[in-house]
Amino acid sequence: METKDIIKPENLVYTKTSLMTDNILSYCPGCGHGTIHRIIMEVIDEMGIQSEVIGIAPVGCSVLAYDFMDIDMAQAAHGRAPALATGMKRCWPDKFVFTYQGDGDLAAIGTAETIHTCNRGENITIIYINNGIYGMTGGQMAPTTIPGMRSSTSPYGRDVITMGYPLKITDLVACLPGTYYVSRQAVHKPGAVRKAKKAVRMAFENQKLKKGVSFVEFVSSCNSGWKMTPVDANKWMEENMFPYYPLGDIKLDGELIKTQSKKTADHD
Amino acid sequence: MAKVKGAIVVDIERCKGCELCVVNCPTNVIRLSRGVNSKGYHYAYMEIPEACTGCENCAIVCPDGVISVYRVKI
Amino acid sequence: MKELRLMKGNEAIAEAAIRAGADAYFGYPITPQSEILEYLMAEKPEERTGMVVLQAESEIAAINMVYGAASTGKRVLTSSSSPGISLKQEGISYIAGAELPCLIINVVRGGPGLGTIQPSQADYFQATKGGGHGDYHLLVLAPASVQEMSDFVKLGFDLAFKYRNPVLILSDGAIGQMMEKVELFEQQERLKYFDPSWTLTGKTSGRSRNIITSLELDPARQEKHNLRLQAKYRQMEEVEVRYEQIDCDDADFIIVAFGSSARISQKAVRIAREKGLKAGLFRPITLFPFPKSEISSLADRVKGMLSVEMNAGQMVEDVRLAVNGKIPVEYYGRFGGMIPTPDEVVEALEQKLVTV
Repeated sequence: METKDIIKPENLVYTKTSLMTDNILSYCPGCGHGTIHRIIMEVIDEMGIQSEVIGIAPVGCSVLAYDFMDIDMAQAAHGRAPALATGMKRCWPDKFVFTYQGDGDLAAIGTAETIHTCNRGENITIIYINNGIYGMTGGQMAPTTIPGMRSSTSPYGRDVITMGYPLKITDLVACLPGTYYVSRQAVHKPGAVRKAKKAVRMAFENQKLKKGVSFVEFVSSCNSGWKMTPVDANKWMEENMFPYYPLGDIKLDGELIKTQSKKTADHD
Repeated sequence: MAKVKGAIVVDIERCKGCELCVVNCPTNVIRLSRGVNSKGYHYAYMEIPEACTGCENCAIVCPDGVISVYRVKI
Repeated sequence: MKELRLMKGNEAIAEAAIRAGADAYFGYPITPQSEILEYLMAEKPEERTGMVVLQAESEIAAINMVYGAASTGKRVLTSSSSPGISLKQEGISYIAGAELPCLIINVVRGGPGLGTIQPSQADYFQATKGGGHGDYHLLVLAPASVQEMSDFVKLGFDLAFKYRNPVLILSDGAIGQMMEKVELFEQQERLKYFDPSWTLTGKTSGRSRNIITSLELDPARQEKHNLRLQAKYRQMEEVEVRYEQIDCDDADFIIVAFGSSARISQKAVRIAREKGLKAGLFRPITLFPFPKSEISSLADRVKGMLSVEMNAGQMVEDVRLAVNGKIPVEYYGRFGGMIPTPDEVVEALEQKLVTV
């Protein structure tokens, strides 16, 4: 059978969801944002909730997320997306409200909003992209930059004595009673993408339960900021970021998952 | 067990040559082209189309969603 | 149904918010306006009208909650006092840039910094000249009584939605804390209609997605956007100016004052008249748009103006601009929380304008 015989409309098994707009993504080649945007839109498409969803874009590389996601969206001040989400969800309890934030947005300037929104247990979804660097502004250190990692403001590597330790904010919010589902995912390999999409699906379905925040962290790469090729960046991420930010469910159905080893069911 | 054959279509103009599809294809089908698209990126293409099983791995991992996958049972 | 009650200024704001059909209030405690949040919590408006009341983790969080809810077309408000309003400036700039309606109340206290909890009018610049970054204006209403505290909430919401612009009620600690009789307006209905051309309620198949943002990276488009905002403010200047004149018809000297200073100056005018001095009071009610042409017209037939304010001299600059050198414009004020007495005002009028 020839390739041209295979490429027929009836044989199509996968194409990008129509809920991604036609705009070419402004992200760097290999950036996880594109993949993560797409799986969120696939979930919204499959759940049939496009007309019930309101998303909030942050300040950061994904500030223009609303150019790529075909849903109603607001652009929030740096770090404040969870506050916007609170305002929206309190006024529209049956809409699906989600924030999409980077590590500076959620774990530096927005720390108070992150913690208090989780503490109040707002029935929203928080999507948190952690690539250990500030991409949009040119590659500065983030709260989640790992020790020894170089950035434009830690040119000799992060020194924990003067610059502090990587902030594991996901683990912090998991300890709050207001979070219902907390998970850490990645999109560097097809298997990871499939698992991540399941996590995103759960994070949105949970809003129907009205039991608190569903918080999904994505450990991602920034090959531009890290100054590597996309393939090398993913490898570096696996070897260096994952030990600090291990993948898997951290809290499920409102219960912390007790031991790390029990998470093997969720990731390879 | 029925054999499966697949094929991918890459939106060449939107491909940014990141190579994630190349390294994640289980049967080494994909390579980056020698030529470039209008943005100057080497784009992905099926170097060994016969080996494609339509597993969708490339499409799923593509950050720009430029790959469509076709699959047929034979 | 209308109702007559003896109320504190802050409580009147809170009760008016419920009656105006507000959808939500997001706030944070700070003296001298915490009674707004406290009254709302105690009243349980969720049971009266379904209105949401939430104590946020900071003033910054509160203004961003307002931004979020306002972007969906809801009628929402927040309140604070001077230092808290400083915290809100980024959020307010975003709201103005994104053209969202909302109400912000500033019960001004003495500053700068942590200052004092006593009343002041030192946030005039912050309120009328922008306050946050960029070219924008808030429509600013200055109540001078507990009655106006109530009435301006309803008026403020109407104006906010008319222009898709934030409205600021610039009060002060004296009016916030004092008790006067108020005639409360009838309960208004909560919003049922959300304009599909801009509100974020979920993209249906019938329309394209709505985006609420203040970001525009293309300078040509950003300039066009700013020109549109400016046109809005010019329109406000055309039709929304509000003021009150007392004894100005035959006056030789005009005192220009707003809020509590106007109450004090009203008494000062009476004292002056008893002394044979023909004084009058011009009370701006909208601080933006400022009653420039009315003051300019007055300057054609009076001998001098005295701006009386509880700050180091802020509104006097706008009076001077409006008068444009036609007559002398002087200023008298107390600050840091000190309140001038009517006698001080009369003395200032005599010393700075009359005897010169």
